[in-house]
Amino acid sequence: MFKNLRITCDEATMICDKSQYRASSLLSRLKLNIHFIGCKTCILYTKQNVKLTHLYKGYSHSCKGEKHTLSSEDKEALKKTFKLKS
Amino acid sequence: MAEEKILLNTDKWIDNYADYMYNYAIVRVSDSDLAKDLVQDTFFAGLKSAKNFLGKSTERTWLISILKRKIIDHYRKINSKKGQAEVRMNFYDDGENEGNWLEERVPQSWGNQSEKSIENDELKKQLSSCIGALPEKYAMVFRMKTIQEFETEEICKELDITSSNLWVIIHRARTQLRKCMEDNWFNN
Repeated sequence: MFKNLRITCDEATMICDKSQYRASSLLSRLKLNIHFIGCKTCILYTKQNVKLTHLYKGYSHSCKGEKHTLSSEDKEALKKTFKLKS
Repeated sequence: MAEEKILLNTDKWIDNYADYMYNYAIVRVSDSDLAKDLVQDTFFAGLKSAKNFLGKSTERTWLISILKRKIIDHYRKINSKKGQAEVRMNFYDDGENEGNWLEERVPQSWGNQSEKSIENDELKKQLSSCIGALPEKYAMVFRMKTIQEFETEEICKELDITSSNLWVIIHRARTQLRKCMEDNWFNN
């Protein structure tokens, strides 16, 4: 039974990454916590990953509000090419 | 016939929909020139199949459905073409210690974080440049999931990938981003 609960660092960090989006299952989080007992590196990864999530959140807030538009030159160029095609 | 006439009013098409479509494309592909190309290709494709427009949806919805197709095509292209030559950094042993950290890639403790985590333009620039350094398909999926905060199902549908595929990409992107931020922000 315990054999099934053992995971590699690759799998552990994958669970940690999914957890950042609240997408990991309870069982996988249990496996991750068991993995932590013997792996300080993955504990560090997890700590830093949470920090990065916080930074990306801030970045996301500043990016999501941006409205991207085409410049009037781009639109004119597009109209020209489009006229040739039509 | 009447519908065709409306569709072929090209000047109106660009004035009415180009910005919306460009915005739609750029939040997904994050490259201004590529987004412009996709918008242009969509208009051309729309023009070519204008007679197929039945008027069941609005012009904008119809054009967006063509643009969506173009985005999937682009994703497939980068997925297959760069698939083999992809510059992907491995973090885990694939030999004897399969799945364990490679010694030289093990996460390091970070320097003074409180001083470094002030949200400023410099930090934004660094986050952006680290995302830009990822293989294109990782960057695309990561941005859609983390920056634009799209639902997993939505991304899978839009890019025609499975959710396990998406999580592998997110996992690889994040391990690479952590290392990039460590080298260029926290411990530089």
